[in-house]
Amino acid sequence: MLEYKKDGWKAAISLAPAMILLAVFTFWPILNAFRMAFMNDYSMSSGKWDGIGIRNFIYIFKDPTFWTALKNTCIMVFISVPITIILGLFIAVGLNSIKKLQSTFQTIFFLPYVTNTIALGLVFGAMFHQYDGFINQLFNKNISWIGAGASYTNAMIVLMIYTVWNGLAFKIIVFLSGLQSIDKQYYQAAQIDATPRGRVFRRITVPLLSPMILYITITSLIGAFKAYSSVISIFGTGKYGPGSDPKLLITIVGYVYEKLWASGVPLGEAAAGSLILFAIILAITLVQLQVGKKRVHY
Amino acid sequence: MNHSELFLDPKQMKVYKTKKILFSIVLYSFLILVALFIIIPFYYMLVTSLKTVEEINSDQFIFFPRSWMWENYSELFTNKNGTITKGISLWTMYKNTIIVAVLTTTGTIITVVLSAFAFARLNFKGRELIFSILLMTMMIPGEIYVITNYQTIGSLGWRNTYQALVLPFVTSVFYTFFLRQTFKQIPNELYLAAKVDGTSDFGYLIKIMIPIAKATIITIIILSMIGTWNAYVWPSLVTNDKSMYLVSNGLLEMFKGKVEQSGPDSILNVQMAGSTMVTVPLLIVFILLRKYIMSGVSRSGIKG
Repeated sequence: MLEYKKDGWKAAISLAPAMILLAVFTFWPILNAFRMAFMNDYSMSSGKWDGIGIRNFIYIFKDPTFWTALKNTCIMVFISVPITIILGLFIAVGLNSIKKLQSTFQTIFFLPYVTNTIALGLVFGAMFHQYDGFINQLFNKNISWIGAGASYTNAMIVLMIYTVWNGLAFKIIVFLSGLQSIDKQYYQAAQIDATPRGRVFRRITVPLLSPMILYITITSLIGAFKAYSSVISIFGTGKYGPGSDPKLLITIVGYVYEKLWASGVPLGEAAAGSLILFAIILAITLVQLQVGKKRVHY
Repeated sequence: MNHSELFLDPKQMKVYKTKKILFSIVLYSFLILVALFIIIPFYYMLVTSLKTVEEINSDQFIFFPRSWMWENYSELFTNKNGTITKGISLWTMYKNTIIVAVLTTTGTIITVVLSAFAFARLNFKGRELIFSILLMTMMIPGEIYVITNYQTIGSLGWRNTYQALVLPFVTSVFYTFFLRQTFKQIPNELYLAAKVDGTSDFGYLIKIMIPIAKATIITIIILSMIGTWNAYVWPSLVTNDKSMYLVSNGLLEMFKGKVEQSGPDSILNVQMAGSTMVTVPLLIVFILLRKYIMSGVSRSGIKG
């Protein structure tokens, strides 16, 4: 670029609005989270704390609800993310190989992306309602999926189905744009050699799509670790389970937000919880990038 | 494909063609199954929203209601049977959401265009440093900011105000990054030509850069609007006054009382009417702006 230019003033004016807002609502909150997490017993209502230390973290690690939240989140992440990615990949490859109805299918598959998570969560809750739900009515069953006395597995299945339903759109559209940018010559070469479809998929499509697969894996894992709205909406009351067990499917983010509604508002614990979430996300990203270095072809 | 056919004898040809047809049957069936999986919740939502209580309580699933119960929709607005928590109005929710969406989006566009312009076109000390700090904040989950922002809004006495709903989202590092990429692709020659004509830097931004980056800016507008329409966590934290609800948290609060009291059995139809009223406006926008939204999402890779 034009390196002789000096635009200090103009830059200051253009950047000021964004920077002021970011300072208040992004930079300071990040620093403050690290500060509050180490202020023992810091709460919003008292505004006091008891020295610097790791007491907030100790509370969290001693709290069985935190471990429930961690377990729930991990189960959800490690089942729903692979299912969504693999399914999304197959759908995108399928879509890419057809001509008729391609854009119709594409539009349908994209619909969940533009729908309200809460509204559709209520719909899934209704579909799996014990007496009036479409699933039980259709199969003539009387299973309590998410209502009173619902088992952990049943509630988790409903949540997974909703999560997969909700997450497919984004994966399909990213994979599809990746597929469309692959050079057709690879496929023509494979066709001349009469390579079977399975092998074309494994040897050409997957390796050439690997940067997209890595990107989608990272963003999906991060997104799934932050699950929250999908859980509270299927139960329809802002809780994480049926009335009989309101913390059944609590997630890590849910655990953190609950602190903001708890009496006294223990901000220190909330901050500590959010840092734990951050640590998990950071670890996953680093591991993925490390794997990416070895396995991804750019 | 046509070339390879020439080298096959008729028998092989037949096998080849049958295989091809079988493959497309399997492929289309798979895609139709997935399409059904995606559509069924929408179908269920619409059908249930038009049923009577007797029909939703029936043992057998009724695929189409005998007569359409538009009363379920008017119940959302009139609350004749007391289905909805008192004091929550769908009109107010729409109004609030539109106000917040317009303010947030306008603000976002102004701050993002200006800062993307500075990073793409201006020379100043520390440009790369500031930009890399911004990129680093993208790695940090938003849940971390929420805690302090909640405290800030509380200490400013801004609970239940529009500024609490708008200000934290009036800029976005991600959109800045996204728009900067588009601005960077504008060739330097255009800038030099504009300079020769005596155009100032800000004049160049308004006359040249913004028109060229129109598609990206429209994408940001649409995504920001969708973001507000679907925002749940932040509104539910900073508002508890029923006159300040947005559509997402309002929708959940509308039926919460009734659901907690007696379960959703008797109000499923009205609840689904509510979900429809929150889903349909966005679907209409999507159908009208399908191309912009789909290409925008695939280009920017914004996580859903």
